[in-house]
Amino acid sequence: MIEDQLGRCVASWYKGATGVTGAAKLSGGASQETWTFDIVHPGGNFGAILRRAPPGYGASPSPSRAAGLDAEAVLMQLAYDAGLPSPRVMHVLTPEERLGRGFIMARVEGETLARKILRDEEFAQARPLLARQLGRIAAGIHSLPRARLPNLRSMTATREIADLDREYRGADWPRPVFELALRWLADHDPGPSRQVTLVHGDFRNGNLIIGPDGVRAVLDWELAHFGDPMEDLGWICVNSWRFGEIDKPAGGFGSREDLFAGYEEAGGKVDADRVMFWEVMGTLRWGIMCGRMMQRFRNAPDHPMEQAVIGRRTSETEIDLLRLLAPRG
Amino acid sequence: MQDEPTPTELIKAVADFLRNEIVPQIKGHNAFKLRVGINALDLVTRQLALEQGSDAAEAERLKQLLGMDGALIDLNRALSEKIAKGEVDLATPGLAEHLWQTTMDKLAVDQPNYASYKRELGNK
Repeated sequence: MIEDQLGRCVASWYKGATGVTGAAKLSGGASQETWTFDIVHPGGNFGAILRRAPPGYGASPSPSRAAGLDAEAVLMQLAYDAGLPSPRVMHVLTPEERLGRGFIMARVEGETLARKILRDEEFAQARPLLARQLGRIAAGIHSLPRARLPNLRSMTATREIADLDREYRGADWPRPVFELALRWLADHDPGPSRQVTLVHGDFRNGNLIIGPDGVRAVLDWELAHFGDPMEDLGWICVNSWRFGEIDKPAGGFGSREDLFAGYEEAGGKVDADRVMFWEVMGTLRWGIMCGRMMQRFRNAPDHPMEQAVIGRRTSETEIDLLRLLAPRG
Repeated sequence: MQDEPTPTELIKAVADFLRNEIVPQIKGHNAFKLRVGINALDLVTRQLALEQGSDAAEAERLKQLLGMDGALIDLNRALSEKIAKGEVDLATPGLAEHLWQTTMDKLAVDQPNYASYKRELGNK
């Protein structure tokens, strides 16, 4: 059924397309889905991706934080136009197409599974280059022209601390290590950033398409906002995204020095203390998100097992916070 | 008195059956979910083996730190409040050691293969 709908949609803007084939859902909860499919064309098929909120759902699952699918499409296209690794946006859905809200983009081949990228032979040559490359990409994202950016929420360190504090207390489960982290963050709040730029918001291993040649695409702009650009550099260093390669802070790929060097090569300016501050913030944020999974598990009618198990990963962030704030010996 | 086998033995038997007989037959996303489920059963057996000892030690440390007695969750609430108010911090004798030991005991149940945990076990 979705192939018929997509076929009609594609025919209206892809010249010579005769339909679509091989539609398969890649991921998605109730409110957001990602589909892969091929556009059938006499000159050769073309791989595409649909990212959408199905009909009946709004464009953003968590309205307070999410940028929304329309904004995501604009951001990806701006990144593509700026020469950053990003999929080309081919079409933004319209209501008459009855496919819901969202957009269709060119499919970028490559790997997104962090563990494979960090371990498979295929990526052995790319791995040592990735930290520096990601630094350059982050600098490129942070210098996208403000005038062309969509309307996004603005975030500061102070507001982020307040958000995390509220979410933690809302869970009503005492965690002395989180209390310690919240105290540390409040005591080390660097205040408003001199630079305020577009921040990707979820720039990490797992949201990247990687090939043997390096980064091919940055995905998942859902949490994009305006704020301190050092947030993106801190988030990619959070230990949870090193997937076991704990001595390689930049996504499990390489050193902070390489990440920073790439960032400065591309015209960015690094404030290492702010990056560290955001790494602590990010570690706590992921911990609180894990805790929230436990609540979702309890509240959901079908008690999803995967969320239950993520709830028991909160302690991973507690040990990482202690390693950051109270290192032993 | 409940009969044998013990909960631990029962869970282990089920987890081993799933691991050895069912995993090889399942493909795709359900194979992933099955492994997640088996890991959860393994976690439960670790908790059954370790929880009593670590909870008792944690309660003992909290009594010392706080100078009060009570249920473990209430002691943890009290410590959380004191940290939030700044009445205790990392300079407070015993606090860092307490948080480390408590966290290590949680990881021993939750994720004994987590790389940070394995590193810290070696550092002890």
